[in-house]
Amino acid sequence: MASADEIRAGLASILEEVADVKAEDVADDKSFTDDLDVDSLSMVEVAMAAEDKFGVKIPDDELPKLKTVGDAVAYIQSNA
Amino acid sequence: MPLTITSGPPATRILGVGHYRPANVVTNLDLIARGVDTDDEWIKSRVGIAERRFADPDETVVDMAEAAASKAMAASGVATGDVDLVLVATCTMVTSVPAAAPQLATRLGIDSPGAFDVNSGCSGFVYALNAASAAVQTGQARNALVVASERFSGWLNFDDRSTCIILGDGAGAAVVGPSETAGFGPVVWGSDGAQFDAVAIDERTHTFRQEGQAVYRWATSQMAPIAIEACRRAGVAPEELAAFIPHQANLRIIDAIAKRLGATNAIVARDIVTSGNTSAATIPLALSRMVERGEIPSGAPVLLLGFGSGLAYAGQVVLSP
Repeated sequence: MASADEIRAGLASILEEVADVKAEDVADDKSFTDDLDVDSLSMVEVAMAAEDKFGVKIPDDELPKLKTVGDAVAYIQSNA
Repeated sequence: MPLTITSGPPATRILGVGHYRPANVVTNLDLIARGVDTDDEWIKSRVGIAERRFADPDETVVDMAEAAASKAMAASGVATGDVDLVLVATCTMVTSVPAAAPQLATRLGIDSPGAFDVNSGCSGFVYALNAASAAVQTGQARNALVVASERFSGWLNFDDRSTCIILGDGAGAAVVGPSETAGFGPVVWGSDGAQFDAVAIDERTHTFRQEGQAVYRWATSQMAPIAIEACRRAGVAPEELAAFIPHQANLRIIDAIAKRLGATNAIVARDIVTSGNTSAATIPLALSRMVERGEIPSGAPVLLLGFGSGLAYAGQVVLSP
């Protein structure tokens, strides 16, 4: 089971790959849409990459609830 | 007693293509001027569309089909009297009956062909093309005319900025006829009816709607393997393709599938930039424009990949006319 720090670091590399987000900008309180400029389709790519990386299912109807990086870290931790 | 069956030519191929785009250019700024709450740069960078065409108010699906089909017939060199089958792929007729195909055939002067419409949403052209090829191959039609024509401007919800910016109007056509050597690889087709509601004309509002994230996930994850399988079955390596023409739904989907396909020497259709998403018409429209610009030589392998409402898909390698 990955720690919150490991998940956050994994998300940061996914976000860099998918949406050109700088690793230093990725923090729990950052909003995907408002702070990191990750749009709804990029969120799907982030979710698919996170599914592969962490062995977790992230259905589309969960995506609107994952507003911040912290939300995603918590979701992956409790569902992986 | 066994019945008699017909026998056909050794193989089939596309003999000619044509397209039609309405004169009325609608830019992203035109949509904003019309009251759509959106942003030109956002649409260009996130969807890939700079402009699309809208039909005139009195310009119908059949009108556009006729314009595209006339060009394809002329390019093919096939006489109207030698066409036995006319198929129209469309999902935007103003009513569900009558079909467009018989009326189109009569306008073109094609005398009493078999004629019907194919509705498989955005993948409809590849389905119709394969049905036409099968009819010629089995000797049930000497030549077949396949047209995709869509008039989405009549089915838009201009309050839904996630969809009204995407769609446009247009038509593309191909004539399929006999050949000594195969101009069609095997089709790879299929569907996922569990997602029937993901792309639809809403039955209450009669406007287009889609679940963008579900479709994006499906298209970017499921369609590349279909594209690769269509190449494998046709005996063509992806790097041997001269062109890859996926349905023009979203530039990011196009780029994602093209990257995984590995068609390193192919021109990848990006017709969405100036035509928008014209549903079933995107593939023949893009193919015909590529041929017109001289971008693909005659006889070169081209991968067509339709996908969309249904959800349904069809991928097939064809030889350029």
